[in-house]
Amino acid sequence: MQRFIILRLLQGLLAVFVISLIVFALSRVAGDPLAAILDDESGKEQIELLRKQWGLDQPLHIQYLTYMRRLLTGDLGTSFKWDRPVAELIAEKLPATIQLSAFALIITGVIAFPIGVLSAVKKDSWFDTGGKMFAILGQSAPTFAVGLILMWIFAVQLGWLPTSGKGGLRYMLLPGFALGYYNVAAIMRLTRSSMLDVLDTEYVKLARIKGIPEWRIVWKHCFRNALIVPLTYFSLILAVLITGSVVIETIFAWPGIGQLVIQAIVSKDHITVQAIVMLFALLYIGINIVTDIVYAYVDPRIRYS
Amino acid sequence: MTTTVQQTDSAVETNDEVILAVNDLRTYIFTRAATVKAVDGISFSLRKGETLGIVGESGCGKTMTALSLLRLVPRPAGRIVTGEIVLNGEDILQKSEDEMRDVRGRQISMILQDPQTSLNPVFTIGNQLREALGIAHKENKRSMLGRAVDALRSVNVAAPERRLDDYPHQMSGGMKQRVVGAIAMSCEPGVIIADEPTTALDVTIQLQYLRLLKEIQANTGLGIIFITHDFGVVARMCDRVAVMYAGRIIEQGEVRDIFNAPAHPYTQALINSVPKLEQRVGRLYQIDGQPPLLSNLPEGCRFAPRCAYASDQCLESYPQSYHMKDGHYADCWALDPAWQGTPIAEFIAPTGRTG
Ligand SMILES: Nc1ncnc2c1ncn2[C@@H]1O[C@H](COP(=O)(O)OP(=O)(O)O)[C@@H](O)[C@H]1O
Ligand SMILES: [Mg+2]
Repeated sequence: MQRFIILRLLQGLLAVFVISLIVFALSRVAGDPLAAILDDESGKEQIELLRKQWGLDQPLHIQYLTYMRRLLTGDLGTSFKWDRPVAELIAEKLPATIQLSAFALIITGVIAFPIGVLSAVKKDSWFDTGGKMFAILGQSAPTFAVGLILMWIFAVQLGWLPTSGKGGLRYMLLPGFALGYYNVAAIMRLTRSSMLDVLDTEYVKLARIKGIPEWRIVWKHCFRNALIVPLTYFSLILAVLITGSVVIETIFAWPGIGQLVIQAIVSKDHITVQAIVMLFALLYIGINIVTDIVYAYVDPRIRYS
Repeated sequence: MTTTVQQTDSAVETNDEVILAVNDLRTYIFTRAATVKAVDGISFSLRKGETLGIVGESGCGKTMTALSLLRLVPRPAGRIVTGEIVLNGEDILQKSEDEMRDVRGRQISMILQDPQTSLNPVFTIGNQLREALGIAHKENKRSMLGRAVDALRSVNVAAPERRLDDYPHQMSGGMKQRVVGAIAMSCEPGVIIADEPTTALDVTIQLQYLRLLKEIQANTGLGIIFITHDFGVVARMCDRVAVMYAGRIIEQGEVRDIFNAPAHPYTQALINSVPKLEQRVGRLYQIDGQPPLLSNLPEGCRFAPRCAYASDQCLESYPQSYHMKDGHYADCWALDPAWQGTPIAEFIAPTGRTG
């Protein structure tokens, strides 16, 4: 297991390296980084000065090394738009995003697994049919539409919950659910189908032959096996959360990274965008590693191979 | 515990040592398209320390019979429609689902067909063994560990202490099969059903495993129901045998009697299809045609469409059960003293009717 974790961490480092190359390359391909902040009247000397100051006159590989050195020391550059260190901006906004995503993730787990399992156990019942409809809706409706509809029903019409902004749990319910709905639906269906497969296996039969109570068969013998398939999709879940947070934070005026990146894009703040893209990539890789470790914990066949 | 079971059905013996008596059991599977009569009125009994073979072609209802005995017919489609299953003096069909859990594993247990998939891949075998033991004994952890080790030792697993922490994928097929056996027998049930337990194993391991079962039986007085499609294994393993065809037992009796004088044309054909040592070369005898669909059974004798002796009577009504000797019964009109058709000559391979 230890070897597995170390191996996985090394792979993660490699991925980080490759992604840093890509992000760096993209920022150079996307056009002159200076174009956004300089207007046509800027003098030639002024441009040259800035170029020197930012190291843009150096060869590319030197530029990359400088970029990496700064990255490693936590220096993400200074935002043109806000005129503040990007690291500071991110540190300010990240907790809100993590809070909302974690909430969406908890909703996903709390709703999707039990409903998925029960749908399989009570296959073809009204419960299963209801779950199916709930899932179809979640997988076909775009995130922004879900967000707007929820807002319209629960905030505008019923007035039960606030329309936007950040505050206590009440503020998180709508954006959290809107952000999590797609994943809830996907995980529910995955759990149901893998649970059905597992319920049909010989080892479940053997467990029944042993005289084990049915609840124990479902939650011990089946659930852990049925978890393996949805777990492999965990990184997809995260991808949905990241892209979804950009949309949902904007709709619900949730002051997080998603909102920050939209504002940065609109004002062509390359430095900030670049840093956030790098951050998302790091998050993605990190969660992937954690997923793999959990996965190996759940399934011994992976642990020992 | 021995109990006297009063039986009215002619095919069931009454014996002080009878631990399992099945009477007119019917298990149907209700699919959208049709009703599959997987088990359609079978009766048999099993005595302490006895091995009863259930033989028949694939799809004739053997596994469904076994699952019925544990009341584990696949739900919701499958259902035991009528019958009695008297186990240790009590009809388990009258029991609640809660009461059944105390029956399973403790009074009757089963070894499934495929050892490769019978163990849960994500738990150690120690965990799976202790679970079977724990529910029966509610003991503390340490003594349960000892019992788990004993259980593995009883099925000849070498260094059982070290095996407890292994996962199924770390074991060979034969080892897994023995572990499955250990789990099934860990609570010392009086009856164990082995459903084609060796089909997935190679020949030497098969023999080892069968010998092991017999040894355990000799030590514990276990009643074994041995399901197979191989008459050769029956000869080696069983005391009595029931031949199943299309959801019914068409002949049953002592293995010796059935081998010496098979009464039913189907049994004769099955015995003729066993490869014999002295005739390695040459083609094995095969029965022409297919067994009937259990969702669409013929009116009369179910074997009649493939039987060389079949008369109009055979096609019209299901035969009575005829008693030869010592609990040797067969369902065949040709055994009737008033039979007008071709007499059954023993060991003549019926040629079958095609079309
Ligand atoms: N889940 C099921 N749904 C419908 N039919 C089934 C199901 N399981 C088994 N059957 C049918 O029941 C009959 C008996 O099957 P089985 O007891 O497994 O036969 P055997 O063990 O003798 O090969 C077969 O004809 C099979 O097609
Ligand atoms: Mg079978």
